[in-house]
Amino acid sequence: MTFNAFLEMIPISMMFASPIIITALGGLFSERSGIVNIALEGIMMVGSFTAATVTVLLESTTPFAPWIGLAAAAVAGLVYSILHAFASINLKANQTISGTALNILSSGLTIYLCQIIFHQQRTKVFQMSIQRVTVPYLSDIPLLGKLFFTSIYPTFYVAVVLVVVTWFVVYKTRFGLRMRACGENPQAAASMGINVAKMRYAGVLISGLLAGLAGGIMVLTTDIQFTQNSIHGTGFIAIASLVFGKWNPYGVLGTGIFFGFSTALSFYAKDIPVLSAAPIEFFYMLPYLMTIIALVIFAGKSVGPKAAGEIYDSGKR
Amino acid sequence: MAYIVEMLNITKDFPGIRANDNVTLQVEERSIHALLGENGAGKSTLMSILFGLYHPEEGVIKIRGKEVHIEDPNVATKLGIGMVHQHFKLVHNFTVTQNIILGMEPHQGPIVDVHAAEKKVEELSKLYGFAVDPRAKIEDISVGMQQRVEILKMLYRDAEILIFDEPTAVLTPQEIEELMQIMRRLVKEGKTILLISHKLKEIKEVADVCTVLRRGKLVKTVRVANTSEEEMAQMMVGREVNFHVQKAPAKPDEVFLQVENLNVKNTKGVLGTKNLSFELHGGEILGICGIDGNGQTELVQAITGLTKVESGRILLHGKDITHYSIKERTDAGIGHIPEDRQLHGLVLDFNLDENLVIHNYYKPPFAHSGILNKKAIRVNAERLIKEFDIRSGQGPSTPARAMSGGNQQKAILAREIDRSPDVFIVVQPTRGLDVGAVEYIHKRIIAERDKGKAILLVSLELDEIMDLSDRIAVIFSGEIVGTVDAKATNENELGLMMSGSLRKDGQQPHTSTARRNA
Amino acid sequence: MTKRSEKLVLPIISIVLGFLVGTIIIIATGRSVSGMFIALFKSFTGIDLSGGQAFNPRYIGEFVVQTMPIILTGLSFAFAARTGLFCIGAEGQLMVGSAAASAAALYISAPAYIHVPLVLLSAMLAGALWGAIPGFLKAYFNVPEVTVSIMLNYVGLYLNNFMVLNVFGSADRIKTAFFPQSALLESPFLESITRNSRLNWGFIPVILMLFLFSFIINKTTFGFSLRAVGYNKEAARYAGMKVRRNIVVSLMIAGAFSGLAGAVITTGTFNFGRVIAASEGYGFDGIAVALVGSNEAIGILLAGMLFGMLKAAQPLMQVQGIPREIAGIIQAAIVLFVAMQQGIKMIIGKFEKRKASAPVAEGERV
Repeated sequence: MTFNAFLEMIPISMMFASPIIITALGGLFSERSGIVNIALEGIMMVGSFTAATVTVLLESTTPFAPWIGLAAAAVAGLVYSILHAFASINLKANQTISGTALNILSSGLTIYLCQIIFHQQRTKVFQMSIQRVTVPYLSDIPLLGKLFFTSIYPTFYVAVVLVVVTWFVVYKTRFGLRMRACGENPQAAASMGINVAKMRYAGVLISGLLAGLAGGIMVLTTDIQFTQNSIHGTGFIAIASLVFGKWNPYGVLGTGIFFGFSTALSFYAKDIPVLSAAPIEFFYMLPYLMTIIALVIFAGKSVGPKAAGEIYDSGKR
Repeated sequence: MAYIVEMLNITKDFPGIRANDNVTLQVEERSIHALLGENGAGKSTLMSILFGLYHPEEGVIKIRGKEVHIEDPNVATKLGIGMVHQHFKLVHNFTVTQNIILGMEPHQGPIVDVHAAEKKVEELSKLYGFAVDPRAKIEDISVGMQQRVEILKMLYRDAEILIFDEPTAVLTPQEIEELMQIMRRLVKEGKTILLISHKLKEIKEVADVCTVLRRGKLVKTVRVANTSEEEMAQMMVGREVNFHVQKAPAKPDEVFLQVENLNVKNTKGVLGTKNLSFELHGGEILGICGIDGNGQTELVQAITGLTKVESGRILLHGKDITHYSIKERTDAGIGHIPEDRQLHGLVLDFNLDENLVIHNYYKPPFAHSGILNKKAIRVNAERLIKEFDIRSGQGPSTPARAMSGGNQQKAILAREIDRSPDVFIVVQPTRGLDVGAVEYIHKRIIAERDKGKAILLVSLELDEIMDLSDRIAVIFSGEIVGTVDAKATNENELGLMMSGSLRKDGQQPHTSTARRNA
Repeated sequence: MTKRSEKLVLPIISIVLGFLVGTIIIIATGRSVSGMFIALFKSFTGIDLSGGQAFNPRYIGEFVVQTMPIILTGLSFAFAARTGLFCIGAEGQLMVGSAAASAAALYISAPAYIHVPLVLLSAMLAGALWGAIPGFLKAYFNVPEVTVSIMLNYVGLYLNNFMVLNVFGSADRIKTAFFPQSALLESPFLESITRNSRLNWGFIPVILMLFLFSFIINKTTFGFSLRAVGYNKEAARYAGMKVRRNIVVSLMIAGAFSGLAGAVITTGTFNFGRVIAASEGYGFDGIAVALVGSNEAIGILLAGMLFGMLKAAQPLMQVQGIPREIAGIIQAAIVLFVAMQQGIKMIIGKFEKRKASAPVAEGERV
């Protein structure tokens, strides 16, 4: 494999990693507040559909169409996640079933709307998307400049910034302390006067915002239109990334990059002597296999929020 | 008389039951006021209303003479009311400080000011003589220390009225003494204390006034100094209480169960029992007494087969069963009434009849070649229901979940006794049960002893141990520190052994371990 | 409301609410609601109310074809659920079952009465092995089965494609060679009475599985111990049951049901192995069927028919101008409402002023 091809793998890895990291951060907020959210996949679909649709509809009138699309995607994700919040918090639904239902729903709803708007089972191809950038000055740094600041999708920087922001909010602020209490011991939090339901709504809605944004990023960087297969399990890989990263923002950054890398590998395998002998399907499988292995290694020492997934009954003492 | 708290004509209903029926409570300022009653008397409910967790159907609450409506714990806190719950409400992986300030954090904008918080906690701790480490994690400190964190939570919020819900259930005798001193000191500093308890001795020792509740109604409010324990007990249960169960003297047989040098690890990977040895004879009740967490759980789990043994032997009728599976042990003659009946003893979502055959469901007559015989299972249940007077709404097909605690325990007892095991491991058999159920279960345990069975009784209730046992072995820090004749010992001696200050096995007590991390 | 009537009433409420959601969406996007009902009716009875051909049994045949695999994946989810496990791995188990069925079809020569059972059994075996993986990981490593099964869905998909393209051989990179007639569940007879639908003998194994499911769970000692482990692992352990073994076996049986679904599709609906681009949703359909069917055999049968009808109605909806995805939307909405049944129960409880179902017990702390 040539050095250039290797260099090319870095931005490609980061391109794939960004939506994983951002979605996983969303999952972090939700689970730290005590709500398991496996609807991240579905929320990403809603986000990517929104981003693609808005971009297509606006690209003839403004050069900012993709960015507006991203903003719309984040909002759409937030709105969609209200369903999960309502079902899980107000109606005390089983969170895994609710999440699964929302995944099915988003799959149907997005393509349904494609048919209504575009009269086909996918959006139209968009012409504008998120372009790669080269950061002035920083790209002149020897080696690092070439790797991380030349011709990189800016979405990766967004992901890194969000990681730092998440760490700060969760561990340094009052909001973060209270949210974590809701995820570890909601009875204790309630006895201190914290509104557990409100905190959990915040957690879920933030996860919706982030997953929607990530879905938008994903379609605008890795694809040319939104189809039923645009997300293909990335939401679930994000959950694995969260577990693998031990529900810690910096852990998520690391594991997200790792999964992004393994996805990129499937494209470059044929250029690497040892790997080119393996069938292409093996590389498609790779992220999912890695996830399983990661879960086996780390699930035993699970350090997730203690009360995540349990239905909070305010009548219980 | 200036009452700081008045709860007047309080009535509170839950579905199917009137938990508080026209109860009036008046608390003097700077006093320790006890609430005495059995399980289900309504004391916790009344205090939960005061703390804003429940709303009364009828009645008026006055704080310092002014009528108030306590909507939720926030309102209660603002009124200066704080509650130390029986089951601590602490976040296990937060620090002491984080738990105390949660919900009322000192802050710079959105950021928590950790430094200021720790300082305030240290100050409060010094003022009341608590000696807590603000940076310690809850999961690393002792139970007594955790309770102090709960108290500090209230003091941090300038609570004037402190409610303690059964605070001594989890403490060593020494820690209980320390808590009493803390309570007296709090009163000296101007606080008022409400103490929920069913322990007459403690009320006698520390309370000024006592309100007795029974089945949701107020019985009487008395001055503790002028009332005897017997009088209070009678008010509590409404009849002459037989403090001691009647039993014939034991006729011990040969050794049924022998435990030799048992070493078992606990869930944290540390040794829970250390070279523990004892003998259990047929026809006797051996009581294992000790504070929760000193190795009883590991001992029981090792004998019943739930946990693997690191080293040591367990012999049943001379046969080495140390490595037998659970099923093999049950078949060999070990019966077990588990500590947590709802977690281990029953499958709550099964019916009563299914639960009653949970050990034998695969054997004839309950099954043939893998197919269940539902009729035989039902008939078996009907028989046991009759013999043990198990109250169940729908007979054999009652879901276990719908049965009361006492009847659930009777079901477990029925199942185990019916199998007629030679060795009975009975753990906390009467926890959470009312006096009637307790009496019945104690009677049946003694009956099994009189049939010649060997009973190992593990209980955290000292009274129960002293009442039922023929011999008492005290467990402390994973070892048996002394075995005494039940008739020849008293509470003080047992308490000292339970906290490691006294040993009757020929060894010196380790004075450093005699005090838990205080 | 008693527990028994709950199992009937709550799913029905969820179904009604789900269709309500679908109706609202159709109206909001300017399509015809009557079109939806015409399509549904036609799919179920073959009768066309919109004035076209009066009665066409082809639609009934297609409706049954859609129902068969989702009853099986429904049994899969329900079996695992009754034993306390949440297995969303039906997709993957179906895929490997499909691959195994293709292999058995292509590489074995035998008369039909031997070949067909072999094909079905090899699919069930493959599904069982695929289900054993999350079972084993859960039992011995405490890895949550939800995420593992989802990952294995994708792995199974790609594995099937690999087999079809590289092992079985595919001329057009879409499908394998046609299977020999002896391997198929296809039935010219059934096709002829339903005007060339793809109705096949698959419904026989499906019905057998329904009985088997009910029998194992309710009448056997094995089912007893599975349920005990599912309700309360600790109590089951205390009673001496082999918890870990039960978890693995339970997911193997669940996997076998889904594996069989793969065979029913591959040798019944089709007669060749296929390269599958993306999940076809049978697994999630199964979840819907099991939830609405309250995890009971009879409920699964009825719910399977309901959702089978929805699926079969999709092309009919499209004809009426309603995007076919409405079926998935309705299905998801129904599942969502089933998931919310705790909350719905609470609301009903507020309307009916009744005494609580569980009495506050004597002798309990209050």
